[in-house]
Amino acid sequence: MSATVTTLDKPRPAERSQFKETWRNLRRSPSGTIGLTILVIHLVIAVISPLVVPYEPTKIDSKNLMQNPSREHPFGTDSFGRDVLSRVLMGGRVALVVTLTAGVLAITWGGLLGIVLGFLGGVVDEVVMRVVDAMLSFPSLFIYLLVISALGSSNVILILVLSITNGISIIRIARGVTLGFVARDFITAARARGERAATVVLRELLPNVLDVLLVEYAMRWSWMLLSFSSLSFLGFGVTPPTPDWGLMIAENRRRLAVAPWGSIFPMLALGTLVIGINLAADALAKAMGLDRSQEAPI
Amino acid sequence: MKQELVQVDRLTIGYRSRRGQMVDVLRNVSLVISKGETLGLVGESGCGKSTLGLALLGFLRPGGRLRAGTVCFDGVDLFGLTSEELEQFRGKRVALIPQNAGQSLTPTIRVGAQIAEPLMLHLGYDQAAARDRVVELLRLVHLPQPAAMAERYPHELSGGQLQRVIIAMALAGVPELLILDEPTTGLDVTTQAHILALLREIREQTGTAMLYISHDLGLIARVSDRVAVMYAGEIVEDGLATEVFGQPTHPYARGLLASIPRLSESGLPQSMPGRPPAPGEYEVGCAFAPRCPLAGEACTTVDPTFEMTNHDGKTPHLVRCHHWKRVAAAEASRQVQDLRARAKHIVEAESLIELSEVDITYAKRGFGAYLRRLCGKPKPPRTVSDITLTIHRGETLALVGESGSGKSTIARTIAGLLPPCAGRLGFEEHDLTRAVERRPANLRRRIQLIFQNPDASLNPRHTVRQILDMPLCLYFDLSRERRFEQSVSSLERVRLSSPYIHRFPGQMSGGEKQRVAIARAFAAEPDMVLCDEVTSSLDVSVQAAVLHLLADLQAERGVAYLFISHDLAVVHAIADQVAVLYQGQLCEVGPVEQIYAPPYHPYTETLLAAVPEPVPGARARLLAKDVQEAEPPARGCSFQRRCPRRIGSICDEETPPWQVVVEGHTIRCHIPLEELRASQVDLIVLSTSMRMTCAIQGTPIA
Repeated sequence: MSATVTTLDKPRPAERSQFKETWRNLRRSPSGTIGLTILVIHLVIAVISPLVVPYEPTKIDSKNLMQNPSREHPFGTDSFGRDVLSRVLMGGRVALVVTLTAGVLAITWGGLLGIVLGFLGGVVDEVVMRVVDAMLSFPSLFIYLLVISALGSSNVILILVLSITNGISIIRIARGVTLGFVARDFITAARARGERAATVVLRELLPNVLDVLLVEYAMRWSWMLLSFSSLSFLGFGVTPPTPDWGLMIAENRRRLAVAPWGSIFPMLALGTLVIGINLAADALAKAMGLDRSQEAPI
Repeated sequence: MKQELVQVDRLTIGYRSRRGQMVDVLRNVSLVISKGETLGLVGESGCGKSTLGLALLGFLRPGGRLRAGTVCFDGVDLFGLTSEELEQFRGKRVALIPQNAGQSLTPTIRVGAQIAEPLMLHLGYDQAAARDRVVELLRLVHLPQPAAMAERYPHELSGGQLQRVIIAMALAGVPELLILDEPTTGLDVTTQAHILALLREIREQTGTAMLYISHDLGLIARVSDRVAVMYAGEIVEDGLATEVFGQPTHPYARGLLASIPRLSESGLPQSMPGRPPAPGEYEVGCAFAPRCPLAGEACTTVDPTFEMTNHDGKTPHLVRCHHWKRVAAAEASRQVQDLRARAKHIVEAESLIELSEVDITYAKRGFGAYLRRLCGKPKPPRTVSDITLTIHRGETLALVGESGSGKSTIARTIAGLLPPCAGRLGFEEHDLTRAVERRPANLRRRIQLIFQNPDASLNPRHTVRQILDMPLCLYFDLSRERRFEQSVSSLERVRLSSPYIHRFPGQMSGGEKQRVAIARAFAAEPDMVLCDEVTSSLDVSVQAAVLHLLADLQAERGVAYLFISHDLAVVHAIADQVAVLYQGQLCEVGPVEQIYAPPYHPYTETLLAAVPEPVPGARARLLAKDVQEAEPPARGCSFQRRCPRRIGSICDEETPPWQVVVEGHTIRCHIPLEELRASQVDLIVLSTSMRMTCAIQGTPIA
């Protein structure tokens, strides 16, 4: 490939500039920039927090219970005397790992199944979609609690249950977008050429549905974070004493009047992360909507 | 001197592009429309015609800005009016008839109520008076049973009827100016001819001035008194229709006229090289210079100004070209390339595809259909029935007919996307009644499809390289490097340079995209290419180039084409055999020169008479009745309801016989051939003689 390509006028691969274009659009939007900045700060903290935390987040200090913020403990301490700053810094790690993994799983199976259903149509589509409708009519928190109380709580179970419930909604979205493309002539052309169904789904349809799926992934991520924190809050998520925002809010909520810091800082952390993701996801959707493949010929 | 109704003076309108720059889509446009006059505004897509049309309503599309100039209507500057004044003005004095009539009507409100609304709102009619006026208006546009028609919903009307309703709506306020933006694009030729006749009648009755915007020179020639030719946001030529069409003095106008296939010529006209500049692409000089055969140094450095080419006549003939005198002096020579002279590949009697008595239906089969029959529902009608055709190796068979006649259905069946429900379909020794998945890979490779709209047939997320790679991956066992080389050579075969390989479809023009679609079909090295209206979505100058390309590829590779088209002039240029289809049944089949000469099937005759040729003042002979046809009649001749030559109940009762005119040319009609021959004129000869008269009438130019 290298020899022939170099003889061309414009040898740059197209995909990279498509990515660049999206990136440029994203950067140009103020809300996108703010969202991305918040997101990056959170991710960096999650990665480096074990190296920078001032105290061991699970270390109980019975002499310093429920302290107000001070020089030693900038965010104060909780009812066990644990340093709130250290716990907040570390408290997003489990949530991020679980939700990111569950998101990738959900988008993969839900997205692919949705595209396949949209492409196949007919009886299979009809049957699966009715099952999807039935499952969507359950509140998802109800399903989480049901599964966790039956199988117990572990990170793996949480990942699975989050990816299944969210994947079901993604099926609908991926199928809906696919239906808009299936009737287009390029799919007819692929069928007339005799392309295999897998080729049509992966090479012709997936690239067209991918942008919607990516935006959907970003949106789902923030929802999953909230679901995960709710579960922790309810005591079905992370097991104590592991630092986790939802769990921290639950642990300190009874002493909210006396020592609010143990609840307020994890709330702020969770809130900023979710807002950051939402801002970035919205901006990403807009940036994708104006991508290179839609631009007028100049 | 006629009174001036509209004066556009040095109008420049810009839009903000996505990158934030101001881009002028109209540049320095000056235009006059006199009272009662019809001005035809012609130009290719994207040249700013619609923007100008909307500007005459005092309207700018979102993002648009008036950069300079004025639009005066009866002495009032439209862009100086307040929004209330503008609303009053639009409701009463000027009306717009947009392209897609169906889309501008609300689907849930009866058409009568929709016409009555502006009457009551703007003109102070009460309910009863409005109802009477609606019926009167619907009668004016010749809708049958106007009172009953007013009670219908938009979806109950055909495309032509909807267009009539829109015209009735526009006429409600007795406007002084009608702006018609591609009012018949998307309609069938026969319907189009009826609408044009209606417009002409309305003009004679009401004296309304009209601005008729179209890309179709044939239509413009038929309706206009005066013609303005637009190119890249500028008016390049403006004069009487007879002068502009008879002796165009701008090289673009001349090139455009020369690139239209004519009924009277069997061969392809020359195409114009290049493509129009995108808005904002050029700064100074003549926009047409890069494509102009006469371009000199001055053309790229000095803006051409309007010059008057005649000083005697009342209507000035203006042209914006540095070299118009050279253009005017040159003979208007049409160089036509006869394809049949080159097509040496047709091997006599070696048939490639044979269809015999093929029936096709879109009805579902299997258990559901069985249930439906048990419930007593009638069997759905066949979309296409009793098709017997032979396509020979290396020849072009054109399928001609109006929309809904089943042309594309036949192509889909040959491609294996829609298996026939009866009949035999063979490709050499292979059976084509099998669906595409059940065909051997080599057979699939040998039949390829090209679609009407390249926007839809190319994956917008694939680069040209990926697009061309698909068939190579599928049909040939080649290394990555070999496939890349093949893709580049496929591109070169369709006259696109290699840098295009990294582009996305969205970064190419319509003609370039269609070339890529053609390259993809030919990458499979097929023997049979099904071309479904491949040039209908392209501009005329591009159309000629694409047709040349198809002809060249056929000459090189000896492929056969099934060429589906509604354009009889294009078919005349490119086809060897023609099959005329009406409501899913064949009417006439034969070699092209036979089809275009009498005796004609009455339907062929109707189609030929309706073709708009770019001859000023030419009128279509309205033969067939303009009625809606939802499905073919149950018995008898498929054309019975609209046939101008119906002879009686035999047409309704009995399927007409195939009458052999000469070997290979058959007509399916009850009327004896001698009678047809005696009563029909040669429409090709007629159209040639019309052109001669026009050339004589055209005022000689200095």
